[in-house]
Order: sequence, then structure tokens, then C-alpha cells
Amino acid sequence: MSDINPALETFAQEVDELLAAMEEALLGLEGTPDDVDCINSIFRAMHTIKGSSGLFGFDDVVAFTHEAETVLDRVRNGERAIDAELISVLLACKDHTAQIIQHFLFNEDESLPESLQQQSQALIAQLTGQSTAAGGMPSTQQEKADHFEVDDNTTDSSDNWVISLVFKQNALRNGMDPLSFIRYLQTLGKIIEVIITMPTLPRIEDMDPEDCYLNFKIAFNSSADKKTIEDVFEFAEDDCDIYILPPNSRQEHYLQLLADLPEDQVKRLGEMLVEIGALTEKEVAHMLHEQHDDDNTETKPLGEMLVDKNILQQPVIEQALKKQEAVKQKINKESNYIRVDAAKLGYLINLVGELVISGAAMRLMVDKHGLSDVDDVASTMSGLVEDIRDTALQLRMVQIGETFMRFQRVVHDVSKELGKQIQLQITGGESELDKTVVEKINDPLTHLVRNSLDHGIETPAERMRAGKPEKGAIQLNAYHDSGRIVIQISDDGKGLDSEKIVAKAVAKGLIKPDQVLSKSEIYNLIFEPGLSTKEEASNLSGRGVGMDVVKRNIEALRGSVSVDSELGQGTTVTIHLPLTLAIIDGFMVEAQKERYIIPLSMVEECVEMSSDAWQIDEVQHYVNLRGQILPYLRLGDFFHKNKKHTHTQRESLVVVRFGEAKAGFVVDELHGENQTVIKPLGKLFENLNGIGGATVLGSGDVALILDVQGLIQHAKKRVNPTLALSSSV
Amino acid sequence: MNQLMHKNDNKTEPMAQDQLRQYLTFQAGNENLAISILDVKEIIEINTITDVPMTPEYIRGVINLRGNVVPVIDLSARLGRQSSEITKRSCIVLVQVEYKDDAQLLGMLVDAVDEILEIPEVNIMPPPDFGADIRTDFIQAMGRVGDEFIILLNINRVLSIKELSQLKQVADYESGNANKETSFAALN
Repeated sequence: MSDINPALETFAQEVDELLAAMEEALLGLEGTPDDVDCINSIFRAMHTIKGSSGLFGFDDVVAFTHEAETVLDRVRNGERAIDAELISVLLACKDHTAQIIQHFLFNEDESLPESLQQQSQALIAQLTGQSTAAGGMPSTQQEKADHFEVDDNTTDSSDNWVISLVFKQNALRNGMDPLSFIRYLQTLGKIIEVIITMPTLPRIEDMDPEDCYLNFKIAFNSSADKKTIEDVFEFAEDDCDIYILPPNSRQEHYLQLLADLPEDQVKRLGEMLVEIGALTEKEVAHMLHEQHDDDNTETKPLGEMLVDKNILQQPVIEQALKKQEAVKQKINKESNYIRVDAAKLGYLINLVGELVISGAAMRLMVDKHGLSDVDDVASTMSGLVEDIRDTALQLRMVQIGETFMRFQRVVHDVSKELGKQIQLQITGGESELDKTVVEKINDPLTHLVRNSLDHGIETPAERMRAGKPEKGAIQLNAYHDSGRIVIQISDDGKGLDSEKIVAKAVAKGLIKPDQVLSKSEIYNLIFEPGLSTKEEASNLSGRGVGMDVVKRNIEALRGSVSVDSELGQGTTVTIHLPLTLAIIDGFMVEAQKERYIIPLSMVEECVEMSSDAWQIDEVQHYVNLRGQILPYLRLGDFFHKNKKHTHTQRESLVVVRFGEAKAGFVVDELHGENQTVIKPLGKLFENLNGIGGATVLGSGDVALILDVQGLIQHAKKRVNPTLALSSSV
Repeated sequence: MNQLMHKNDNKTEPMAQDQLRQYLTFQAGNENLAISILDVKEIIEINTITDVPMTPEYIRGVINLRGNVVPVIDLSARLGRQSSEITKRSCIVLVQVEYKDDAQLLGMLVDAVDEILEIPEVNIMPPPDFGADIRTDFIQAMGRVGDEFIILLNINRVLSIKELSQLKQVADYESGNANKETSFAALN
């Protein structure tokens, strides 16, 4: 059994992907119920899972997915409208499919437990309940017969099936009665005309009365599909050659179906035509048989034979061939992707990190020993290492859209549960960031979205009273800003009530009653532990645990989170995250003999700090930078308060920016750009503000990476009180 | 370290079933101290220690240990004594402490490493209730070696990440918001 496991693993993976695609498509259908792509993708998921499950002998899965597939096929053919109810049932089917497959993956040989079987039955009943209607006619043929009687009125003489029946001589002797078939055919539609030909009729004296010499050509008007018509003659197929040429209107239908065929695998022409219903399997088998038998003449391609035999019209064949070609090309393109174990990628990136450090060490040696001839080689290598670094990191970049899409389901489920009407809008899904970051942001995001759903958006009644549209909206947005990704979760709900927050914070002893806080300071109190303003907890959120965890998780990723809100208008939570946790471009500075790295993307400019050119205010810690007040931190002094410092050197001012905020860092020396491999500082320093991580320099020493955001806040805090003080004096 | 371990292996042939009996002795702040040999991962000599700003005095900084960044705690300062001067004999003893189901590697700066001692069970006494000038919960036991007593440290207490990482209370010099921030930290 063990040798089958890799196959099972692939199967499980495939199922996961298909089900995810199905869910996405289902949720997509909510907005645009007649999106053919979505319907096809749902159908394909069920269809493929059915097929693959069959391979493994998971009969229960096959049985279940078959039912879903049947319903979906009807939807695809426009015989059944897709509505919210059906979408819900299908979502449940999707979950159930995942469940039963999960069961078989772990207990391959066991049968399905009772509970799951019952669930299967219940879902099938729901699926088919509406479709088979009251009469309970199980045969699809019958159903279809019901359908086209309505269509029958729209008879167009040119728009007919042409059925050719070439009976063999023994037909009558074998008990075939051509007339009975033709009569039965009438139950499917209207026979417009029957032409009888007798090409093989011998002279009367040679004629055997028990032989059949008659051939029929029937013009037949029906909206039944080819398979159904062919089935009429099922018993006759041994004694009769049957050719069914579809009507011209069908041709367009086939062309349409061809265009909609999924492009996931290269199929043979015959298979494609069978799939769209233009050919039946029997016809294909027959044709192929003929193709083989025909040794004496040149072998014709299937397409040509079909046209020659009047089985299909030329355009359909052409279109099918074109489609085949297109799919081939697409598959070729798709096979340019390979799956790689994330652990291997992680290992590669670690190695690249070490390579970067070794490269820096080599650079250092070259410079130290003044080896000018090695210099060129070293430079080339540094360039290559840099390219390798960028490429390696790029390998692990994924679009955030996929993560966002998952929330469609959360929003769908939760809004139903809460009796709210909520729409999720997603923008900026193409923004890329490191997979390791994406994985870790999922939980905090889920929490924030749930918060918006639960506390943010009001019930429809409340919204109506507030004069807002009944349907609430949650928006997920992402964009890149100075080497970081910004993720915003906004809702148009009731917003945060600052008074409530203050009251609660005072009650919890987080702030003093007389403390004056700015609006944003108040809002950001919600990230403190134990603060939830919702009176009663629901099963989603509201127990006052969470927002602090969200904040801690995001800060663990070297990110930050803030919240802005307008009472009655909505809330926006903004998350800033680094694009990667591995390697960044850094800018190395030195202050009081210690080296520090500032993420290069946050460095705006470097200027010389000379007391003459700038109006430096040493007391209030700001400089006048081209007319702007820029708070600054003297890094050496700030970091080492207890030591005595001398400022004899020519100092530099590094202007950094984080979002809207700017500040200057005064340093002793600038060392320029540096490829910085980020090393975590560990749990010990998790409460440390102002330092974001560490890196190993070429010399083997450790340098600290500055947490620019934290330091800017420090710098600003120092300026504002003093400014306020001086103005009041 | 390997050398040390080997020496130890040879000397203590019947590597007793009772593992607690072997201790690494060292000096910190003019005092003879010891920790269980099982807590010791490695002993390394001192290269550059990078200072981490805004941390209490007992956090000496971080070092590069084969590409990993490892914090170094000044043991003497941690025990409430003066910060260690780095001399020729100074060493970093690497130990592993548990924190939230995770193992964290920490360096412990000591003035000198002496030897590995075998202390029989009978010579191990419970810590005194008072009299020692080291926090009592830091002391696991007292070991009698000849006429002297050596303090056997409880490394998970001395180097408790939970305690050490409460940096803000000690390190936040920003007078304006010290109150607020400490109260938050305490709630954490």
C-alpha cells in the first residue's frame, strides 16, 4: 500500500486545489450568477474529483460527486438557474466532498461512517430535490422530453437534425422494425420529413422478402441532444449504420461549447467532440474502427472522415481543431511552472543569506589587503551574489490576492450567521510579498475581518435607520509603499466610539481619567490587552482577547498596525509589513562606535549636520530642514544615555520616512549600502522598542537593525511636549 | 567545550546513574558558582559583543555564533553585582533555557571557567532561607566541596526569558511615558 501513497498525496493536493477553485467560483457566482467561467470551473472540480476518486476506488466519493456533477451539468446547459440557495448547497457539497475524501485518505479501506453517509444523502436530496420535480421521473431522457415539447412551437424547417439509417440486410430477420424506431423518435420531437432510399435494391427476382433494402433519411426537429437521439437506435446499432447530422443551429451551440471547454488538458479531437455532445462515443468508436480497417486507401484524419460521412459540419471540426491547438499551447505554457517544497526554498534562501555574508567578508579582506587585481573579480561576484539574492527572494514571493480570496467564504458564512448583508471588495490582490509573511498574516487578518463583520457592520435594520445602504461593505486593500506592503481592512460600519474606549481604558487602569489623548491614541488603545467595547461577547469575537494578540503577531513580523475610525462612518485598520523576513537592502551607519543598519527603503536622504546651515535646536531636538520641522534623534546619545559622548566628528543627518512620518537620525559616520541578512533577535528582546533585528557583518560582528517606526515615534514624542511647553510660556 | 567534555568523561569513569552530580564551576563577581553540566551547551571565548541599547545592564549584548545571533547575559550583573570586566580569562558559557515550549540559546558571561566537579548527593544541601546575598530563588542548592560551599544556580530562574525580557520597566528612560508604558508591560 505504501507505494500508492505518493499518488494519494498528489490526489489530495489536486482535490484541495480543485475545491479551492470551486469555492472561489461559487462565491464569484454570487455576484454574477451567469458567469460561464465560474460554472465551468465548478463543474470541472466535481468532474475531475469524480474521475480521480474512481481511480482510487473511492466509490462513495464517486457516487456523491456524480450527483453534484449532474446538477452542475444541467446548470451548465442552462437547464437550471443558479441561485443563492443552490450556491449554499453547493458550498456545503464542497465541504462535504473534502470531508469524505479526508476520511478515505486516512482510512483507505474502511467504508464511510454512518454520519457521513447520511450527510451525503441529505445533500443529494437537497441538490436534486428541486431538480427532479414532483413527478419524480428519474430518467434524464424523460426530463428532456418534457423540455422540448415547449420548444416545439419554434419549428424552423431548415433547423433539423438529419438522421440517416442504413439498415443491413439482416435487420428484419433479426427482429428490427424500422418503423418502430421512427415512431419512437416522435416522442423526442417532430419528424419533419422521411426520405426513403433504396440504393441496394436488387432486381425483383433476386429480392429476398426477408431482407431489408430500405435506407431512411429523417429530417427531425428536436432540442434533444445527440446522445439522446442516438440512444433511440441503441438496439439497432448492430444491424444498422446510424449517422446523425446536427442541425445548423446546433452548430453554433457546439461552437460555443467548444469555446467554453476547459483548457486543462490536451484532448483528442474525438474526445472533445464527445464532450460537447457533437459526437457520441459510439460514433467515435465506429469511426476509429473504420479508420483502422481502411488499409487500402490512405488513412484520413478523423475530422475529414466526420465531414465526409456527414456526421458533423466542417466549421465544428475546424473550431475543435483550433481549440485543440490552443489548449496544447496553453498547457505548454503552464508546464513552465514547477512545484517546489517550501522547505527547500527556505533552505536555499538561508544559504543565500550566508553567501551574502561571506561575500561581504571577502570584500572586506580585499579592501584590507589592497589586492587590486582581485578587486575586479570580487566586484563581479558581489554583483552576482546580489542578483542571486534578489532572484531567490523573488522565488518565494506570492500575491496576497489568494489570501484575500479566502475571506470571501468567511464573509459569506459569517454574514449569513449574523443576519447581515455584507459585501467584500478586494483591491490590490496582485501585491506580492514573501510566502512566510503571508502565512503568518492570515490569522491576524482573519481576526480583523471577523471583527469588522461582527462589530463593525451593523444589522440591515440599524443601517437603514442610519441612512446607509442596507448592504454593508468590507474592503481589503493592499499596496506597496517604501519597501513595505500596506494592508488595509476597512468597513463602512458604525466606527469606534472613542468615549466608550476611554471609559473602558480608565476602568481597566490603562490610562488615567484626566489623561489627554489624541484621537488616534485613543483608537489605538483597542490594541491593549483586555479592551473590548462590545457589551456582550458573541461566538466570533468580543471577549477582549485578540486585538492585542493581533498587534503582537504583526509586530513579531517586524510590522505595525494602526486604526483609524469615524463614528458612524466606519473603521480602517492599516497594517504595515516588510516584504520579506530574510534579506533587505540596508544602509549602514555608525554612532558611538556601534554600527547600525537602517532599511534602505526608508532612507530619504543624508545631509551633513552642521550647526551653521541648519537651525539646530539642541534643547527641543529638531532641525529646520528646508523650512520643515524635522525631529531628530542623536542615535549615540539616545542609545547610550549613561555614557559620556563627544561630538567632535562631522556628524551626518539621515532623514528617514515611515508612512507619513519623518525624522532624522544623527550619526557619526555613514558606511553606505549593505546587503542585510536579517537574523531574529529572539524572545529575549521581544519587548525592545527601536531595534528590529540583527545582522552579521562581513567582519563577523553583529550589527543591529533599527526599527525606524519605533524610533520616529520616540523622536516625535520628544519634540511635541517641549514645543507645547515653549508656546505656553 | 569538547575538550572539557572529554576530560570529564575520562575522569568520571563510572558516569553515575545520578546525573545531577556533575557541575561546571566558574567565577562571576568574585564568587564560585556552579551549574549542572547538563545545562551547558558549549563554552566559547569572547570575540566582539555587540551592545544592544536600551536594555538593562545585565544584558551585555549579542554575539555571532556561527551565523546565529545569540544574546549574552552578564551573570555578575544579573546576580546584582558589578558588571564584569572582560579579561583574558573571561568566557561565555552557552546554555539553553526553556521558554513557552521553545528552547532559547543564551550566553552567560563569566569571569573564568574552572572545572567540572563531581559532587556526591550527600554533599548537596538545600538552599539557605536567608544569609545569601543572591536572590534565593536563583539558588538550586548548595554543594559542599571540601570545606567550602559552592552555590549551584537554577539556570532557568537566573536566565528566565520571561523575566529578562521585561526590558521596558528597567530600560525605558523616557520619563514622560514611563508610567504608561510600564503599566502596559505589567498587564502583558
